[in-house]
Amino acid sequence: MKAANGHVFRYGDNVDTDVIIPARYLNSSDPKELAAHCMEDIDRDFVKNAAKGDIIVANKNFGCGSSREHAPIAIRAAGVSCVIAETFARIFYRNAINIGLPIIECPEAAQEIEAGDEVEVDFDSGVITDKTKGTTYQGQAFPPFMQKIIDCGGLVNYINGK
Amino acid sequence: MGMTMTQKILAAHAGLPSVSAGQLIEADLDLVLGNDITSPVAIHEMEKMNVDGVFDRDKVALVLDHFVPNKDIKSAQHCKCVREFACKHEVTNFFDVGEMGIEHALLPEQGLTVAGDVIIGADSHTCTYGALGAFSTGVGSTDMAAGMATGKAWFKVPSAIRFVLTGKPAKWISGKDIILHIIGMIGVDGALYKSMEFVGDGIAHLTMDDRFTIANMAIEAGGKNGIFPVDDLAKAYMEEHSKRPYTVYEADEDAVYDEEYTIDLGTLRPTVSFPHLPENTKTIDEVGDLKIDQVVIGSCTNGRMDDLRIAASVLKGKKVAKGLRVIVIPATQKIYLDAMEEGLLKIFVEAGAVVSTPTCGPCLGGYMGILAEHERCVSTTNRNFVGRMGHVESEIYLASPAVAAASALTGKLSGPDEVQ
Repeated sequence: MKAANGHVFRYGDNVDTDVIIPARYLNSSDPKELAAHCMEDIDRDFVKNAAKGDIIVANKNFGCGSSREHAPIAIRAAGVSCVIAETFARIFYRNAINIGLPIIECPEAAQEIEAGDEVEVDFDSGVITDKTKGTTYQGQAFPPFMQKIIDCGGLVNYINGK
Repeated sequence: MGMTMTQKILAAHAGLPSVSAGQLIEADLDLVLGNDITSPVAIHEMEKMNVDGVFDRDKVALVLDHFVPNKDIKSAQHCKCVREFACKHEVTNFFDVGEMGIEHALLPEQGLTVAGDVIIGADSHTCTYGALGAFSTGVGSTDMAAGMATGKAWFKVPSAIRFVLTGKPAKWISGKDIILHIIGMIGVDGALYKSMEFVGDGIAHLTMDDRFTIANMAIEAGGKNGIFPVDDLAKAYMEEHSKRPYTVYEADEDAVYDEEYTIDLGTLRPTVSFPHLPENTKTIDEVGDLKIDQVVIGSCTNGRMDDLRIAASVLKGKKVAKGLRVIVIPATQKIYLDAMEEGLLKIFVEAGAVVSTPTCGPCLGGYMGILAEHERCVSTTNRNFVGRMGHVESEIYLASPAVAAASALTGKLSGPDEVQ
């Protein structure tokens, strides 16, 4: 079973890739360097407080704006194990799948889970469990084709395996 | 069931007689684009793939436009990486300083994008080429790497929203006002995962530059692509700029749309997006008294000849307000030269504006016009997110070149009628 388990950082609607990783840091593509500035324009304490395995929960249109793959790269390198949102912007959605950052769409979970809750996500079943509240949610499963890319660990491995 | 214009292009490139919304397909690519920020990541990813080189040296475009001429050592390293890759793989369409322009103004101008193409670019504003009747969409660096290596990309076939544009826009109403109006109406995720298909008799009144601006900002409504029918004006543009043959696709009469909006262009007013989302629109009549610190006229959205002509017509013979910085950025070397020959650059400089070499710089807060705390900028760019142009406590007001130029004269957010 592939799963994520961690504490939740909460954000609202339309978290754009400019706040996930501001362009002033895009003169680098080093994941560690990017991770050091992840979310800093909306949450200065994110990097300081995020621990390996933690989970980001947000509302609508997470990752909108610039196509920069640096955004999911920064989130993953900051230790985040999964992003749960009501919806994702489409380029961010592709990028996350392509680099192997687990993401899951689930409007109910995205609306009800609160900051600091301990949450577990089972990627095989799409079940999201809020251990703090004792609630469970059924997230949207990926189409089989995308699941194959995720299972390979990203698009590069998928293409190499073809 | 009939297909939308976008679906027809995708079906043809997937080798299928028809496709329907939601279907996953693999499509052949006519062009794969990257810039100096996204290409280094793509190059690194491509090196991990078991391939010898790019799938077709003529169908890859690498444009150094975001941080050039290089703003610092790290961005110089990135450009060097792209330059060496382009040289090693003999990439035909590599554009370095001196030849480069802002990618989405440059590629159509160079004739690299034509109707019927399927184009991906590791830049979200790749949707611009829909103005010519191409399917083009933004992707990330790994998709770009896979595209360069294989010449193919996977897509989920989008459903569509139909925008029927009718009537003739009033003086000063440009493509920017139209697309800001639409984004204000449907929101920044109003077209999420979907095509935005523009139709209607109003299109005949829009210049190609207006259409590029509208298609360019489809992404700001969450759209996968924006697309226009291929009329005589579009054909003439392609025949002037490109040697490549183009293919005209039309939506089936029984194509199905998720939603349809009719917009009477004659009723639109100059429109401005307030911080910090493009959907926060107001007409110029509702903006109130807002003192500003900077004006930017340029970008892949509004750095073309029409944009510069409109701005110059407002600024001609006048002076920008004291204490205001006004930055004009022609989007390509050709536009720069044409604007010089037409006397537009002289008008800008005499008015007290600076004219920059082509760059994306200020639009994304890279360099060449960064804002300090509590500063306000009226900008013809495409995003007004928190911190987009500098300090997180700065503010960006998105507007047309006419509004930006008028604001440059008054020092506050103003419409062009105010300064005539």
